[in-house]
Amino acid sequence: MKFTRILSAVVSMGVMLGATVWSSADEKGLDNPRRDPYYNAMKDKKVVFVPITMGWDLTEGWAAVLRKQSKNLGYELDIRDPAGSTDAGTRALSQAITEKPDLLIVHNPDIQSYARLLKQAQKAGIKVLQVNMESAYATDTYIGADWIQIGEVAGQALVDHCGAGKGVSNKVAIVQGVPTGAGNIYQMRGLHNVLSQHPEIEIVSQQAANYDPSKARDIMATVLQQHSDLCGIMGVWDSQDVGVGAAVQDAGKTGKIFVVTSGGGSKPGCDNLQRGLFDELISYNVPLQGDNLRQAVAELLQSREEAGVSKISYFTPLTIITKKNANARNCWTLDDLL
Amino acid sequence: MKRIQVTQEGVVFSLALILAVGLAIGLGKKFYDINNLVTLIRSVAILGMLGLGMGVVIIGRGIDLAMIATMVVSVSVVLVLPQASSNLPLALLIGLVFVLGIGLLSGVLIAYAEIPAIFTTLAMGLVVYGVGRSFFFRIDNLNAPQGYWWFDFLGHGSILTLPLGNGHAFELPAPIGAFAMLGLVLFFLLRWTRFGRFVYAAGDNPLAARITGTPTRLVLVAQYVISSVVAYLAGIVMAAASYGMNTRIYNSTMIYDVLLIVVLGGIGLSGGRGGIRNVLVGTLLVGVLLNGMTILDVPYTQQNLIKSIILLGALVIDSLINPRDEQTTQQGDV
Repeated sequence: MKFTRILSAVVSMGVMLGATVWSSADEKGLDNPRRDPYYNAMKDKKVVFVPITMGWDLTEGWAAVLRKQSKNLGYELDIRDPAGSTDAGTRALSQAITEKPDLLIVHNPDIQSYARLLKQAQKAGIKVLQVNMESAYATDTYIGADWIQIGEVAGQALVDHCGAGKGVSNKVAIVQGVPTGAGNIYQMRGLHNVLSQHPEIEIVSQQAANYDPSKARDIMATVLQQHSDLCGIMGVWDSQDVGVGAAVQDAGKTGKIFVVTSGGGSKPGCDNLQRGLFDELISYNVPLQGDNLRQAVAELLQSREEAGVSKISYFTPLTIITKKNANARNCWTLDDLL
Repeated sequence: MKRIQVTQEGVVFSLALILAVGLAIGLGKKFYDINNLVTLIRSVAILGMLGLGMGVVIIGRGIDLAMIATMVVSVSVVLVLPQASSNLPLALLIGLVFVLGIGLLSGVLIAYAEIPAIFTTLAMGLVVYGVGRSFFFRIDNLNAPQGYWWFDFLGHGSILTLPLGNGHAFELPAPIGAFAMLGLVLFFLLRWTRFGRFVYAAGDNPLAARITGTPTRLVLVAQYVISSVVAYLAGIVMAAASYGMNTRIYNSTMIYDVLLIVVLGGIGLSGGRGGIRNVLVGTLLVGVLLNGMTILDVPYTQQNLIKSIILLGALVIDSLINPRDEQTTQQGDV
């Protein structure tokens, strides 16, 4: 009797001791079998990014996000800056294709220029991610704004302020950037999608300012001179439309003329909003785009699918910034992303 | 009977006048309203300022293709300096030192190393922009500081306000004032100072000027210093008027517009000819054209077409009236 009691005590002690030892092993954590495939898929891979140019708040923002990711995950990021020249961009792309990187990130200057090269890259088995400006040739992934939607949102804002029964008149003016640029063309399509539903809106001027704020100012000064009852103005890029706001302010019409524009939502743009140069800034939210970009890079590098098999687009959400929500959450600085 | 000499300046001036009269008849009060005419001149004031600087260099048989880069980069450097918001005058002074350096460097390379001006300044533009991009600014859009009344005045103030009755007023914007002031200063410099006469002499015939004792090399250096400083001044007015500087202007075709008003006005690229008045006439024609086309809301591509046809027309008329002489044939145009 005594013996069985002692034995059972010893056994149960042993079990408890064993459990303690085992559980102390458990305290060191479990291995997640998904980690290795994730990190190995990215380690030592080569990613080439060809922007339109560095120096824009957009491209600097994306680059900051990608640099951080490449450092964390150990892939090699190579940024080839063609400094705004489509020609140099074409050369950079051709060069990149011969090097056969694992992923090519391309920011198209327009819908045609790179189409052929992108097709070539996909044929060579290189995965291609297009960012914020689509080419006519669709590749694995597109991450970026829906430019037509931006035009529609801006058009709707004009209708809301200057449509039938609202505003001092139904007269609006449009300030384009470079009329042949894809972002510009798509925005104009979106705008006219909306305005065609509202025949009461009269476009009194549709001029191009070549992204030059000083030229935008001059054009708008002349237009305001001719149409003192102008109700609204739509511009295609906030850095250019500072000039539009300046002309409105010089004419003493701040607050009386509604100015809507779009941009990456960086701090200088918001400062100009606070200054009263614009009333509404449609932001394509670069930090958010950066996050989406980061995810797309991870997906493409992990996916075992052949290049060019599935073609996916993701239109990043727009943020409408007015004076009320021009805060640190919506207006970013490059230092935030570094 | 004395024959009236028709000059290119005259041709361009009459062309501007014909256009203006045509627009006045076609558009009526929309065009000849005094405030529209002020807007017209205001819209070409900065271009005109740059033209004045370029004019001085071209009269001295040079060319400064780095003007836009100098303008964009020097003002951007000023705006990124931490002093820009705390002590703007100091920042502007630092900017001035920067442009003096650019002008001196171009001038010395052209005058002493005898590298052709067109290549020197073309390269200098790239160097200046590259230095700016690498060391001073990363983002292409730089906002101007707030809270300096004189800086705001330079871009938005009025130097003369007259009541017109019925609640309207005639205002002369400060950028036009800056343009006029610069024109006057350079006019006196070219016409009434020894330096000015040296510029003409060196531009007309550099070898003869040197033999007769003109310090041609120093004069050359001074020209590029002047054009750089003028570019800086134009940039400051531009930054004041549009609340900042956009470095993307560097990539635009603005330098050709500057050359256009200078050459169109009748300052020959072979040097030694023309004056401030020629720049004003060239600026006026471009101003009338731009204003008219903006009022008529002519689409972008057609605007470029019309602009080039009229400019080509002016050159054709000029070459018919003033056939090329032996000298221009020998020297050739740039």
